[in-house]
Amino acid sequence: MNTPANLKYTKTDEWVLVEGKTATVGVTDFAQSQLSDVVFVEIPVDAGEELKKQAHIATIESVKAAADVNLPTSGKVIETNQKLADTPELINSDPYGAAWMLKLEISDSTEINQLMDAKAYEDYCSTRSH
Amino acid sequence: MFIPHTQAETEGMLKSIGVKSIEDLFSVVPEKFRFPKLDLPDGVTEMEALAEMKEYAAANETVEDLICFLGAGAYRHYIPAAVDSLLRRGEFFTAYTPYQPEISQGTLQAVFEFQTLMANLTGMEVANASHYDGATATAEAGVMAYHNFRGKRSHILLSSSINPQNREVLCTYLCGYENVEIETIGLDNPLQSNPDSLIPYITENTSLVVVQYPDFFGRIFDLSSLATEVHSKGALLAVIANPIALGLLKTPGEFGADIVVGEGQPLGIPLSFGGPYLGFFTTKKEYVRKIAGRLVGETIDVKGNRGYVLTLTAREQHIRREKATSNICSNQGLMALAATIYLSLLGKNGLRQVANLCYQKAHYAAEKIAKIPGFLVEKKTPFFHEFVVHCPISAATITERLLDNQILGGFELSKAFPNMENDLLVAVTELNSKEDIDFLVESLAEVSHD
Repeated sequence: MNTPANLKYTKTDEWVLVEGKTATVGVTDFAQSQLSDVVFVEIPVDAGEELKKQAHIATIESVKAAADVNLPTSGKVIETNQKLADTPELINSDPYGAAWMLKLEISDSTEINQLMDAKAYEDYCSTRSH
Repeated sequence: MFIPHTQAETEGMLKSIGVKSIEDLFSVVPEKFRFPKLDLPDGVTEMEALAEMKEYAAANETVEDLICFLGAGAYRHYIPAAVDSLLRRGEFFTAYTPYQPEISQGTLQAVFEFQTLMANLTGMEVANASHYDGATATAEAGVMAYHNFRGKRSHILLSSSINPQNREVLCTYLCGYENVEIETIGLDNPLQSNPDSLIPYITENTSLVVVQYPDFFGRIFDLSSLATEVHSKGALLAVIANPIALGLLKTPGEFGADIVVGEGQPLGIPLSFGGPYLGFFTTKKEYVRKIAGRLVGETIDVKGNRGYVLTLTAREQHIRREKATSNICSNQGLMALAATIYLSLLGKNGLRQVANLCYQKAHYAAEKIAKIPGFLVEKKTPFFHEFVVHCPISAATITERLLDNQILGGFELSKAFPNMENDLLVAVTELNSKEDIDFLVESLAEVSHD
């Protein structure tokens, strides 16, 4: 399992890359391996929207399940990844790179501190992988 | 009989919640209502019961005995004998898509054929495996449009010339939604409005515009300018269509409809007492993940053989729970099969012939009725197999008197539109002979005198 050390994580398997006031959000390698082959991604939010932490930002459908992606931290959407609609398989092949879902301007940086670091997330995953 | 618990289990459960008996669970119900004495007659034998039932049945007046010009959403058509005999085969005899669907390849193939037929007939790209009836299919169009705009567009615009039952069921489905406002245009005088009358009411907040084709009054309108205006505001257009009429008319798909729904009953399903009927739902491929209900897809198995599966199920309620577009997980499998058999037996030319017979006979009837002094026939707009007759006296009186001549004269429009007291909606199908029509005309002339 790949868990980059520079990212923050949630219990619902989203990752966040924080760069100054900007956060990039996606789903983790653990999430994609649990879902198996992703066949469809829908991101029903638009740039400019102000969203609260936990807002529903995407739906991922795989050959065996459908899962919702929730926002790990409140903020204003800067951009969503349009490529995923046509190439949902990027979530399997490059979950931390090409398969980013949205970028947002962080509105409450204290929320970032509540997220897990890579070590904590790895420990958390190891408790539920069987 | 289904017995869920043994005596021991029941006692165990009562003990763990601290109740002595099942009766105690009902102690909050006032005693006199708790176990009321029912005034029931003594039991009878099967033979006696059957005789009694036959007596009740004989009291019914049915379209088998009456000359029928009643339509208004449900139509009497000829059903080839093969429909029923194939339908009753044990292999098909379930109302549902099976719980372990892929084991029933025959059923899935039939549903797949149904979807293909409905998509072709309506001129759309995808169809689902059916709904309960035309009204619930219409309601699902509203639900889909709502979710398509993620609840951000609150306005649904209805033509007053759609089947009033469809309007009511759509309202029942959607009135509980937050932020949904349903508006009907021209209810006071529906014959004065047409699809283009809706155009000024479409806004950037409109999710869905619903019209019927032919409309509830049988009229056929060109929907292309409405479609253009709906799309210019970014909204969706749903068309409620009569599938028999589509054997003859330009498809809603060609007009640019985004959703086509309708009542499938005319396709080989008897009138019965209003059900079971069949709802169909077709749309464009881009909305395939937004539609309610089951979808059957064709694929190949590991050996390369053709096979059928339930597909795109991840969008459905049994997986997506509260996030699914609709909570419908079921369909009207047996009736969808009836429609499939009916259409297969008729073929493209057969369906066109049925539609053409309906059209020609209805026009013959309309022409004849228009010649009766005091009667006016609504024919400013082209119509299919149903038309409005303005009578010299109340339509309710007319139909009551026609019944004395064993004629079901039509639908009294005041039942749905209070200020259309003298208006009668007359439907003519291929089953109405020239003699039937002439007798109707003769009788109308007779009963309109006091």
